Amino acid sequence: MKEIVVISGKGGTGKTSILASFAVLAERKVICDADVDAPDLHLLLKPEIEEEHDFWGREVAFIEKDKCTECGLCLECRFNAIKDFEVDFFSCEGCRLCFYLCPGNAIEMKPNLAGHWFTSRTKYGLFVHAKLEPGQENSGKLVAEVKQAARKIAERERIELILCDGPPGMGCPVISSLSGASLALLVTEPTLSGIHDLERVLDVCCHFGIPAAVVINKYDLDAGNTFEIERFCAEREVEVLARIPFDNVVPEAIVKGMPVVEYTNTNTNTNTNERVSREIKALWKKLEEGIGASGW
Amino acid sequence: MIITIAAGKGGTGKTLVATSLALSIDNVQFIDCDVEEPDAHILLRPEIFSRKPVFIPVPQVDEEKCTGCGKCSEVCVYHAIAVFSQRVLIFPELCHGCGACVHLCPENAISEEGMKVGVVESGKADGIEFIQGKLDIGKPMPTPVIREVKREINPKRTVIIDVAPGTSCPMAEAVKGSDFCILVTEPTPFGLYDLKLAIEVVKKLKVNFGVIINRDGIGDYRLEDYCKSEEIPVLLKIPFQRKIAELYSKGVSLVSGMPEWKEDFNNLFREIKEAR
Repeated sequence: MKEIVVISGKGGTGKTSILASFAVLAERKVICDADVDAPDLHLLLKPEIEEEHDFWGREVAFIEKDKCTECGLCLECRFNAIKDFEVDFFSCEGCRLCFYLCPGNAIEMKPNLAGHWFTSRTKYGLFVHAKLEPGQENSGKLVAEVKQAARKIAERERIELILCDGPPGMGCPVISSLSGASLALLVTEPTLSGIHDLERVLDVCCHFGIPAAVVINKYDLDAGNTFEIERFCAEREVEVLARIPFDNVVPEAIVKGMPVVEYTNTNTNTNTNERVSREIKALWKKLEEGIGASGW
Repeated sequence: MIITIAAGKGGTGKTLVATSLALSIDNVQFIDCDVEEPDAHILLRPEIFSRKPVFIPVPQVDEEKCTGCGKCSEVCVYHAIAVFSQRVLIFPELCHGCGACVHLCPENAISEEGMKVGVVESGKADGIEFIQGKLDIGKPMPTPVIREVKREINPKRTVIIDVAPGTSCPMAEAVKGSDFCILVTEPTPFGLYDLKLAIEVVKKLKVNFGVIINRDGIGDYRLEDYCKSEEIPVLLKIPFQRKIAELYSKGVSLVSGMPEWKEDFNNLFREIKEAR
């Protein structure tokens, strides 16, 4: 089974628009959204939810006031989550230290419903996605559950390909989305921030031994920076698979709630520019060939 | 006063807003809390004077004292300690440094050593006091670095904090305790959906907030309609202009490349002070 994960380091470079287009172009696949704390892919794929599952996060400490003698032992908390003998939900990491130390059994560890994940049907194929409750931690663990569910569905349906939309950044949810990936597709843009973040996220891929390739999105925004990205990729021996031009057709498609390659196919508006879709289709063809040749 | 700049969705222009605000007002301390991908330094170009490594304490077992009882593994909720045939195995990358194993070992056999997870850098950019955190490559947990960076807050200055995208713990950790949060978004369904999630976090943290619409003109009116119906103040609109995008791509802040924007950011600051 092959698994393509789209990540970027910097946010807003076009991960979701590109992955949604792959969902249109690829024939048999399971799609999953590993950006669980700001998921957007569902806005384009319009899933019909078939199954909903609870995601239980780490427990959270709770102090029962009538049992608490304010002895102060719980203030050992390394996360400063206890102030005035109340637990700050956002700071508690559920380590249970206070629970163990409290001599009066005044602390209870409460289960914490941290989010949900869904298996859905879309017109593009089966789709696994999730929603983390706002402010929750442990998004890496939810990403792992989403990916696990996508693999199980793929096995059951004898599907050989998983397309995964990843989160921005390089911390736990990104590392989790990369685990077991056949290829990390790094979508960057020709800004100095884009380049800086590409370097860091490529280092993460190398650290975990995940093969990577690069897509330069909005490449015509800055020719000098695009050249710099190409030079950097050549130096690091990473292939640049596509250069996608900047075009307003991308936000237009998002507003219409459609993957961009589908939007340009169905849209009869004569202003619509085909360049973006052409590049994404060519990129997909390269990826398909790469998968076929089992290069990844 | 502490102002945080957050978004939910990535790439909406947080750093553009944060750096331009910082360059428009006096007596600023700028803190980049996006420790996974800190980019503000590209626009502010600070001179870095000091670098402090960030460590989290991970357990170390004194094998002479250890009886292999397994208590440490039993109390560790992160599964960072395993005991096999009376030998203790530690997985430092899973450890949160909570200290439960140290406190609860009946033989006092566990001490701690620091594991480096990142760095806090301090410097100056013109008159701006500049601080940024950086998570080390391959390290999963940004929050210890964010906590260390926020220790550097200087209450004598106006503190501007650039926040990571998303709506999970790194975002909440950075926004927590601030006096005002600016949520930067774009007028597309992606921007709107993620803004709503970010607002839920900011409300739970009981932080006052307002919205900046960036790339105004690329999408539709649903974002503005939403802000109107929810009575959320739209503090500023930055139009979609190729020139603005080009300045950013070259690492030039909006107010340095187009000084006419300084007044808007000054007004923004005044409005925030009044909203408090």
